[in-house]
Amino acid sequence: MELVCPAGNYPSLKAAVDNGADAIFMGLNDDTNARHFAGLNFNTRTLEKAIDYAHRHNRKVFMAINTYPQQENWNRWKNAVDVAASLGVDALIMADISLHEYALQRHPDINRHLSVQGSATNVEALKFYAENFGIKRAVLPRVLSLKQVERLAEKSPMELEVFGFGSLCIMAEGRCHLSSYLTNESPNTCGACSPANAVRWEEKSENNVTVLETRLNGVLIDKFQPNETTGYPTLCKGRFKVQGHTFHSLEEPTSLNAMDLLPALDAADIKAIKIEGRQRSPAYVAKVTSVWRQAIDRFLRAKQNGTENNYQADAQWSQTLAELSEGSQTTLGAFHRSWQ
Amino acid sequence: MKISLGPILYFWSKEKLLECYQKVAESPVDIVYLGETVCSKRRSLDINDWLKIASMLQDAGKEIVISTLSLIEAESELSSVKRVINNGSFAVEANDFGAIQLAIENNVPFIAGHSVNLYNVHSVSLLANKGMKRWVMPVELSKTNLSAILKQREDSSNSVSSTFETEIFSYGCLPLAYSARCFTARAFDTPKDQCQFKCIEFPEGIPLYSQEEQSLFQINGIQIQSHQTCNLLQEWKTMQAMGVNIMRVSISNIDELNIINQLYHLMSETNDTNKTSEPIPLLNAEQCNGYWHGDTGIEWRA
Repeated sequence: MELVCPAGNYPSLKAAVDNGADAIFMGLNDDTNARHFAGLNFNTRTLEKAIDYAHRHNRKVFMAINTYPQQENWNRWKNAVDVAASLGVDALIMADISLHEYALQRHPDINRHLSVQGSATNVEALKFYAENFGIKRAVLPRVLSLKQVERLAEKSPMELEVFGFGSLCIMAEGRCHLSSYLTNESPNTCGACSPANAVRWEEKSENNVTVLETRLNGVLIDKFQPNETTGYPTLCKGRFKVQGHTFHSLEEPTSLNAMDLLPALDAADIKAIKIEGRQRSPAYVAKVTSVWRQAIDRFLRAKQNGTENNYQADAQWSQTLAELSEGSQTTLGAFHRSWQ
Repeated sequence: MKISLGPILYFWSKEKLLECYQKVAESPVDIVYLGETVCSKRRSLDINDWLKIASMLQDAGKEIVISTLSLIEAESELSSVKRVINNGSFAVEANDFGAIQLAIENNVPFIAGHSVNLYNVHSVSLLANKGMKRWVMPVELSKTNLSAILKQREDSSNSVSSTFETEIFSYGCLPLAYSARCFTARAFDTPKDQCQFKCIEFPEGIPLYSQEEQSLFQINGIQIQSHQTCNLLQEWKTMQAMGVNIMRVSISNIDELNIINQLYHLMSETNDTNKTSEPIPLLNAEQCNGYWHGDTGIEWRA
């Protein structure tokens, strides 16, 4: 079971390596990847340094080039693939089929992974990517129940990676245009969801109480009373009005935490656990990586001793993760059928 | 330029669907997409019922395409997609790469729906080489994106990969997102597995507003749509000049079939007299066309 951790800059990469990540995924500082945020990600020089550090410590580096190139600038994505290949990354994480085709033709020896943005949720979709592009591994969208993941893994023509922890996309990844509908920037086209440049925080007096409003391109996403925990206005985690009721109509601010499912995921032959959060700080990456390393190691030791059924996540680990989570709460998300 | 009617995206009763397609038979629409694309639990019609409607519409001179689910998770859903792909008579719209794989394996000509992520001509051509005869552009792409794609196609010397048709979602609430979660069930605080088929009570979806009463989205089971009706009807000449083959109309109620008549008359009148097209009066006041203009989707540019 491989632990795949995020890095949005060199200190985060170091933190991931030093705290036990088996592989680190990164992106270039442009719109070719799904975390295209100001001040984040790598240029060719820092990338080189990062790959060197990881490789000296025998860790792998995966390069996310997982947005969808548009016709006018397809060459930028092609170049990103060439740059990553020339620097010796261990795998390319891509969604767009033309990029997969390009990488297969041009760099057949580099492992190619299907990004979660590729939206493969069933065995026939996996077969399409395996047969046409020889893809080695697919990252599954966060829409499948544990049972569905298990069934899929039985028949999958390639290795599977699932998300274990981090911010929770509640829509099928690669199939969500909510952000561009309100802000003109979407994950598919430019690697942004609810982008910071569209966010406004405003204090307002309402009935003699100061409330905090969060807006996205002018649209009210949420309104917080003084006693409430405030949160970033991610579009799908706001409070809206449906049928006369105001509530988190799509999802609450919460993070995914699948640590309790480690034994089940391993039994299903899931090859890797992905930690979301390239936009997070090095301190965050260090803490989350460290906790997950301990969890996986404890599980693997138990498995070696034939006592994996007794594996339990440490209460302290879950506490640490909860504190790092959106809204300080975690969920099993779609893994757990009742969430759906 | 042809006119198509997209699949009904909502959960309608059998009676309502039959009434609708009777009217469709008499309308000037060229192509009709049938079948369920949103939720596998919606079964007011089974595959045989759909095929009967398909035959009836074919006899009325319509080209028929059977659409498939957009989000395929359970194996039972994959089986139902297989039944559609292997219907033996009609072309299929594949809305997921799983359906595309099945169509290719079975040598069934297919149309790639708008939820298949084709953002450049390389990707479109790749599928055209594998049996795709038409693609429906993803709804968030713009006129500029499309123009670059179609221009590149013209420049391409590869004959097979440049034979595809292009269809544009031109009227209706835009399908924007799909989830494992059912938001209709969530609105009633009930789990998806005990949804009581609540969607049938909301034949146009459930509106979602901001706390300032700004209308934003329509909840339609596991799908989120734009609340605003996308309206690109006035763009038909521009589309024709660009090489678009088909304009898709997606309806929220049977009365909206009128849009097909209006578009048809708009096109034929303009063809005859070369006069500039008059704005088509809308049934729904709130509309959007931002995506087409490279803008925020919800925007309306008059």
